[in-house]
Amino acid sequence: MPAVSKGDGMRGLAVFISDIRNCKSKEAEIKRINKELANIRSKFKGDKALDGYSKKKYVCKLLFIFLLGHDIDFGHMEAVNLLSSNKYTEKQIGYLFISVLVNSNSELIRLINNAIKNDLSSRNPTFMCLALHCIANVGSREMAEAFAGEIPRILVAGDTMDSVKQSAALCLLRLYRTSPDLVLMGEWTSRVVHLLNDQHMGVVTAAISLITCLSQKNPEEFKTCVSLAVSRLSRIVSSASTDLQDYTYYFVPAPWLSCKLLRLLQCYPPPEDGAVKGRLVECLETILNKAQEPPKSKKVQHSNAKNAILFEAIALIIHYDSEPNLLVRACNQLGQFLQHRETNLRYLALESMCTLASSEFSHEAVKTHIETVINALKTERDVSVRQRAADLLYAMCDRSNAKQIVAEMLSYLETADYSIREEMVLKVAILAEKYAVDYSWYVDTILNLIRIAGDYVSEEVWYRVIQIVINRDDVQGYAAKTVFEALQAPACHENMVKVGGYILGEFGNLIAGDPRSSPLVQFNLLHSKFHLCSVPTRALLLSAYIKFINLFPETKPTIQEVLRCDSQIRNSDVELQQRAVEYLKLSSIASTDVLATVLEEMPPFPERESSILAKLKKKKGPGAVSGNELEEGKREGGELNGAGERPGDSSAIGASNASTPSPSADLLGLRSAAPVSAAPPSAGSLLVDVFSEAGPAAPAAGANDDGFLSSAPPSVVSEDPAPPLPESDELLNKFVCKNNGVLFENQLLQIGVKSEYRQNLGRMYLFYGNKTSVQFVNFTTTVSCPGELQSQLNVQLKPVDPLVEGGAQVQQVINIECLTVFSDAPLLNIKFRYGGALQNLTLKLPVAINKFFQPTEMSSHDFFQRWKQLSQPQQEAQKIFKANHAMDTEVLKAKLLGLGTALLEKVDPNPDNFVCAGVIQTKAQQVGCLLRLEPNAQAQPGEQMYRLTLRSSKDTVAKRLCELLAEQF
Amino acid sequence: MQFMLLFSRQGKLRLQKWYVPLSDKEKKKITRELVQTVLARKPKMCSFLEWRDLKIVYKRYASLYFCCAIEDQDNELITLEIIHRYVELLDKYFGSVCELDIIFNFEKAYFILDEFLLGGEAQETSKKNVLKAIEQADLLQENLDFQIRLFPGVLGPNVSAESSGLFQS
Repeated sequence: MPAVSKGDGMRGLAVFISDIRNCKSKEAEIKRINKELANIRSKFKGDKALDGYSKKKYVCKLLFIFLLGHDIDFGHMEAVNLLSSNKYTEKQIGYLFISVLVNSNSELIRLINNAIKNDLSSRNPTFMCLALHCIANVGSREMAEAFAGEIPRILVAGDTMDSVKQSAALCLLRLYRTSPDLVLMGEWTSRVVHLLNDQHMGVVTAAISLITCLSQKNPEEFKTCVSLAVSRLSRIVSSASTDLQDYTYYFVPAPWLSCKLLRLLQCYPPPEDGAVKGRLVECLETILNKAQEPPKSKKVQHSNAKNAILFEAIALIIHYDSEPNLLVRACNQLGQFLQHRETNLRYLALESMCTLASSEFSHEAVKTHIETVINALKTERDVSVRQRAADLLYAMCDRSNAKQIVAEMLSYLETADYSIREEMVLKVAILAEKYAVDYSWYVDTILNLIRIAGDYVSEEVWYRVIQIVINRDDVQGYAAKTVFEALQAPACHENMVKVGGYILGEFGNLIAGDPRSSPLVQFNLLHSKFHLCSVPTRALLLSAYIKFINLFPETKPTIQEVLRCDSQIRNSDVELQQRAVEYLKLSSIASTDVLATVLEEMPPFPERESSILAKLKKKKGPGAVSGNELEEGKREGGELNGAGERPGDSSAIGASNASTPSPSADLLGLRSAAPVSAAPPSAGSLLVDVFSEAGPAAPAAGANDDGFLSSAPPSVVSEDPAPPLPESDELLNKFVCKNNGVLFENQLLQIGVKSEYRQNLGRMYLFYGNKTSVQFVNFTTTVSCPGELQSQLNVQLKPVDPLVEGGAQVQQVINIECLTVFSDAPLLNIKFRYGGALQNLTLKLPVAINKFFQPTEMSSHDFFQRWKQLSQPQQEAQKIFKANHAMDTEVLKAKLLGLGTALLEKVDPNPDNFVCAGVIQTKAQQVGCLLRLEPNAQAQPGEQMYRLTLRSSKDTVAKRLCELLAEQF
Repeated sequence: MQFMLLFSRQGKLRLQKWYVPLSDKEKKKITRELVQTVLARKPKMCSFLEWRDLKIVYKRYASLYFCCAIEDQDNELITLEIIHRYVELLDKYFGSVCELDIIFNFEKAYFILDEFLLGGEAQETSKKNVLKAIEQADLLQENLDFQIRLFPGVLGPNVSAESSGLFQS
């Protein structure tokens, strides 16, 4: 057997692993594992003290079992014991167990931290490294609190061994990523930057990752790293392949360090100092030159390492976007890779060229590769490579090549992989709109899209073609003709029927002169598709029919007959039935004038950013579509009179169809939020209203009229912000101890909130969910800080989309800065029109002073000392109140932690009591607060009480916190 | 790097290293999804793929897949060579490493990885230095010197694939 167990074998472990491997079935495996678990448990519980070796062996077995995917709920204590062993391998296994199976049990964390502390101060480099690895692997906040102060010192101390420095650098990086507020570089900054000059390549390799991360967050403080990085890079790039000994990898000097150096430079603009910049440009040129040299080895590792540096250099060149010469050279180099035999290189070249395409200097150079890229789209065998090719075609598209690229993408769509079809459709739709010179081409393209990939054409795409046709009268006739022809295909996609119904309903008259497309022919064509369509499409078609009655009075008898037949007027679907009834009535009662007014041609849509672009962006995740591109999209969209509003059937023709809210279960996507009570708005009452009215003139008063069929008087609701809702204080109380949840909900609207706070700053995300199927228009929100709050809190509202589609949700970001302590909550006013009616409501924004708490850990001694210091009467606030909820210790703890303070264990002599400490961070001052909560848990339920005491250096704070908290328990 | 997974052609997870905090449930879900995705790919396909908002870099060595998840700005090729260097380290340490070595000495595989990568970043890229650190540690062990070559007879059936060297040509 070739397998070798080096170092310390653990025979028992090997036997156990073999046993598991010999198990024939899952059941056998579980049985064997349970037997082992029982064995280990009895050993751990046994009277006989286990020696270190056995403990290590059992802990290792538990680890193995856990890594197989089973749960482990014991052994943590034994692992922690191993940490303090002075035998290296025992310690090592202990740390490994802790790293893999951390438990947030606070008692254990304390013990673990103790062991780590001992090892860190042991001055034994191997022990120190083990401890640092453990911190880096766990990376928890508790560890950051305990060690974030100590590690920078180890990192820069003159007598620290190189290997320890390496571990310390990356350990600190991990802590910085999890708890940036706890890692304060301050005085160490310059010494850390100078690690870039360290003699030891390994130290530089580790330190640079830390420096890069810190530079991203604090570029100004770390900017001296630029010149150091350039000179380090220059030394590596110009060194011969053997100079760096073991840091040379397959004849490439220090590839990892080179990549990291180039990556660090991408955090900064081009160096201002001419000499530094010159040296850097020289490096980049050398790297590009080396790509042309014959390889020093045939091994793929050699070319990978070399090209890794090359791609990173190209990324830097693109980042600078200021050296036309380098950009074009980069582009040519990538062009060579496009035809390389290595799939990996072709993939990366396509990806990298995408970013080059957006630079004005290299856009033209990228375009010269169009044939190669089209070829890649057609012939690459790997879908992920084809995807990159499609991305690149999209990125290199401009007015000069749009027709070619769109045609190629369309033909690729016929065979494209299902996984990328939807995205391809969006891209084609965007390009077609963006670069349309004549709109007949645009209409053709979109109808082709629907023909080829109808299933993947999302609503946004077909809404958009309708918006554009409605906004441009020069294309309406063509659109009507083309869609009429497309509908003649024996099988056409339902999306085609939707577009056809809508366009013929609006502009069918433009082709009615031709006997081949006379009104009746048009109607019969549409109606031949009716029975194959889903309910929403049928509803849209019914609206098209009533529009026909207006456009072509001669079709009225035929259409009325259709509406009158049982399958319409008695349809089991409420929406269809209602439309049939209302339209029939409308067509028989209303005069021609009224009909003409009600069923007038749709007005142009307002100009807005293309909703398709937004959809693509959402699909690809943030960053996938550059801001630049979005801007451009907006601009080009403007030329088209583009509009983002939904020309959905509901707004086009005003059947009162607000009755069915979309059944989306989780409207807000806030899984943590309280279950959403999705009581549907009263659909029934609506129908009753319709039937009870004599005519169709007033289908329903109130919320759901949208101006077409309703004669409801214009809304007379005041535009001034409404007074806060009576329940707003209660709503506010829900958020004292938590940051996320549903803030408000009624039949129309649900407001979810997510917030995060750091120091004296906060960011809140509000999610407005439209629960109806009708859009909210003129949606505006404002925040006001009444009275003195204005000088205490700085609240900034990011703009929110003024249109909230039915069933959709929009997000708004609010930035909050706490200037000084405050008591009141800011008011949030929300106004929008739903149907014709103005909705106006005011809530309190869930910001309370406790959100700016910074937890403070302290010992019992410190706590009581400070408690005594705050003994003046106005520094204390106290309340005795009845318990509203059961006195569950865990729940109480969770609430107190949610308050933002540190929950101090073992501080109060009475274990039933809770004490907490924290500092409120405001811009002007910091306010320390101590809290004590004393439950009388022994009392009968119903008579349980709490005494809550707060002491604070500022009297208003103690009082306010006491008020807030008294409602929570 | 956000995480690294080693799994066999049969989809058995052999090593998992997470550099971002995730719940056990989430880890299991990711593992399941990725193992499936990677195993479904054909041999000549490219070593990179987009997955959620991450980039996956993977490579197969004999019966084992090495799979890393990196972030958007990270370099794919250098990650591929991270994998290779790790395999080299294992190979040097175990002497012509095979999947069985990693199964039976999983703790060593973790220790070597910790010397090489920490917090998802390269800590020490010199092969000599990494192995020196590991061997020093081995020297420090107590005198309970088992030094056992894997016990003959305790191995399971069907070990041929798992015992083939990762560096077979």
